[in-house]
Amino acid sequence: MAGAILPAFALEDMVGNQHAFPKANRTVICFVKEDCPTCNIVMPLLEAGNASTKAVTLTVGQTNEGNATLIERHGLTMPLLDDSTLKVSFAYDVETVPLVVLADADGRELDRLVGFDRKEWSGFFDEHLSDTQIEWDDYPEWRPGCGSLTQDPVISDRLRAEAENSPLRARKIEIAPSDDVHEFMFDQGFSDGLPVVPPTPERVIRMLEGTSRDSQELVATMPPNMAPATVEKIAVNAVLAGCRPEYLPVVIAAIEAICTDEFNCHGVFATTMGASPVMIINGPIRERIGLNVRMSALGQGSRANATIGRAVRLAVRNIGGAEPGGTERSTLGSPMKFTMCFGEWEERSSWDPMHVERGFDKNDSVVTVFAMSSGPTLIVDQNSRSAPQLAGSFGLSMESAHHVRAHNGGDGILVVCPEHVDTLERDGYTKADIRRRIQEVTTVPLKDLVADDVSGAGIDPARAAGMTDEMLNRPSPKFASEDHIHIVVAGSDAGKFSAAFHGWASGPMGSIPVSRKIDV
Amino acid sequence: MTTILDPTDERVPIERSVTDRPTEIVGTLALLDIAKPRGNVLLDQLEAKLHEKLPLIKINRYTKPTFTKPAPGSLRQEIKANNDFVVEALAD
Repeated sequence: MAGAILPAFALEDMVGNQHAFPKANRTVICFVKEDCPTCNIVMPLLEAGNASTKAVTLTVGQTNEGNATLIERHGLTMPLLDDSTLKVSFAYDVETVPLVVLADADGRELDRLVGFDRKEWSGFFDEHLSDTQIEWDDYPEWRPGCGSLTQDPVISDRLRAEAENSPLRARKIEIAPSDDVHEFMFDQGFSDGLPVVPPTPERVIRMLEGTSRDSQELVATMPPNMAPATVEKIAVNAVLAGCRPEYLPVVIAAIEAICTDEFNCHGVFATTMGASPVMIINGPIRERIGLNVRMSALGQGSRANATIGRAVRLAVRNIGGAEPGGTERSTLGSPMKFTMCFGEWEERSSWDPMHVERGFDKNDSVVTVFAMSSGPTLIVDQNSRSAPQLAGSFGLSMESAHHVRAHNGGDGILVVCPEHVDTLERDGYTKADIRRRIQEVTTVPLKDLVADDVSGAGIDPARAAGMTDEMLNRPSPKFASEDHIHIVVAGSDAGKFSAAFHGWASGPMGSIPVSRKIDV
Repeated sequence: MTTILDPTDERVPIERSVTDRPTEIVGTLALLDIAKPRGNVLLDQLEAKLHEKLPLIKINRYTKPTFTKPAPGSLRQEIKANNDFVVEALAD
């Protein structure tokens, strides 16, 4: 930009002499590369300009080998500066070569020419290099330039990662050539047991393009280490997990959600009962990132589903420090601890999607996190032909959560498959009707929940002995309230198989489901 | 050289660390000859010294099929299963 102070630099020419900028003179800096036809057209002009006493000319080549070729091809006597690291080209934000930048003696930009326009160049030479004699009619009227090497996607990512104003601040770990990168990462404990993608600076830079948030912005303070989870650290873990950059806003929103006091991720990960965050995505972002809501939505095969959930878990492990055997102490563990993320197939039913039920606009993209101790457990009902029967089946199946005698309990998720949606909608059932029916069919008098010789689980018989008949006959549904039954639609069009996730300790003493709008 | 960014909260230094060294040698010790000439001479001397200084330990001798290749998995497993310590002798 005219008037701006240009970056200072010092580059060697092909015989090892160093050339520094700024000079105490007016300076013409020209960026070229060997395989650019337009650069080859202007090389004789630059050679002639170098002889001018009115300004210093610094010609900067983008590859070492290319510089040697240019010198030989054009019989150059002027020094050709070696910018094969491309750091100066990057600092000058060179998009197209040839690029000519005119600077005053203080290093301030005065003018800039891109490509070759005979009229522009001849005017430039007349004004700034007027003691140079050029036969301008020998040159074409106009030629476009070529893309600078700094624009090559792979090189560009590296340069941005290495630049002084790079958004990367995380500690760099150098892995010796004799070491196996993947084995090294296993040994350092960065993995959940499956291979991880090496988070090179270039990959993390690309990942950060998925969000407009500053790389050093604090997203959450993450238990158990109470460590700062910055956008950059989350991006590093998203690379490890195999995410694409467009998934990053979902990962960030999910981490915001699990690190709330309501969700209580420290308790969720530490419990011997073994709870895991189940992430359900609603809104337009599902389609944008290719999140699977249909066949095998809860299973493998979809990169978005698999890696978003995994990124959250790896962040908790690596940033928060929750590792099995440390503060993570689940008795059995669960495959959900690797990953569990899916979307609601909102369009497959006439029902309000989950995020709308939770107060968001239908066009918002939202992640909701639940602490679930098991699931998905299948609800097989291929015979019910009425909504009350089918919703009754949901209730009977969900009654097994934790223990059939565990009533007045906390959160559960019901995933209704499309064929079951059709049966329910045919009878006009809504999500509210399903909830009501589940509570209805699971309601039993307290006296049915007393421990006995069949099972020691249930209400302590000694306590029951002290209860009145009225108390013992008091109705007790499976869930403490209908609000604890969370319903979404997902799965393929074929098959009468819905599923349930069973919760963990619910409420302020346990975990409360949390929704966060995704910053898209 | 591959450079990666640290995914952790950076409270622990990143380094390859050797296994913690025990404070005393008890139990069973393996002497592994890598099968390079005269490695056995070194190990014979070492075994004699160990018997002298640590008469209660049991010593097992093993030999790799060839010094040019890593020890076969079965040999590594056998050593790991039956020993508390390993001394591997080079001969150069």
